[in-house]
Amino acid sequence: MHFEFNIEGGNFSKAGTASSQLKKILKQLNVDPKVIKRVVVALYEAEVNVVAHAYTGQIFIDIDTNKIEIKLVDEGPGIPNIELAMQQGYSTASPAVREMGFGAGMGLPNIKNNTDELHVASEVGKGTTVKMAIFLIS
Amino acid sequence: MNVKEVAEKLGLKVISGENGLDREVKGGYVSDLLSDVMGSANAGELWITLQTHKNVMAIASLKDLAAIILVKGFEPDPDMEEQSNAEDIPVLNSDLDTFTITGRLFQLLNP
Ligand SMILES: Nc1ncnc2c1ncn2[C@@H]1O[C@H](COP(=O)(O)OP(=O)(O)OP(=O)(O)O)[C@@H](O)[C@H]1O
Ligand SMILES: [Mg+2]
Repeated sequence: MHFEFNIEGGNFSKAGTASSQLKKILKQLNVDPKVIKRVVVALYEAEVNVVAHAYTGQIFIDIDTNKIEIKLVDEGPGIPNIELAMQQGYSTASPAVREMGFGAGMGLPNIKNNTDELHVASEVGKGTTVKMAIFLIS
Repeated sequence: MNVKEVAEKLGLKVISGENGLDREVKGGYVSDLLSDVMGSANAGELWITLQTHKNVMAIASLKDLAAIILVKGFEPDPDMEEQSNAEDIPVLNSDLDTFTITGRLFQLLNP
């Protein structure tokens, strides 16, 4: 099964829409609730990162019997140092974004902790691609 | 214990999401950092915070939290209140500060 969603950079009122849709789909498919919880955390954080840090993005989701694969492709400033960005506490979020309670530098670590595979690729000045997979059979 | 009983026992005002007052309360989580809640809160917990925007409800819904308690008399933004009603996840508030309300909730849930 394949699903796609768009993300608007800067639009916090819509942040989490795709995660909420995917949660409903996975529930309907009777996916293990523990797996759903992990998928939701990982996708939400990736979605909010596009909203908070990039200009526009797309989400591609593929569900098969073995795994859920999610790819987020955004147009944005990119990440100069991915290793640094992965560290808990590192954030370049603006003061306005921090005031909302985002910008703790915990999003990428949350994604890492809730996925079986994670790959972040980025080109400064162009954008970022986040690929993740969660296995359905352990 | 459900959200309604907690609200009555702690003297919390129910602002929105009344249809969710029968949600079972399994514990609490205190944080104003959204990614911290996303990463560490568990289903059925009451979330104590001073954040009053719509993203709070998105997280509450995704994490299946029981309800939100706003501290120090904070009121939800109109779109947070709307979302609370749409999701049937109650928003409650208290004039007490975070330390006091958390202490009382902890005592109530761990007698
Ligand atoms: N899609 C993206 N485009 C550009 N930069 C990004 C993107 N995702 C993450 N980053 C960079 O990586 C940093 C760390 O991301 P992470 O999600 O861990 O924390 P955060 O978004 O700053 O705060 P939090 O997720 O706790 O609200 C960000 O502050 C930003 O500099
Ligand atoms: Mg983030």
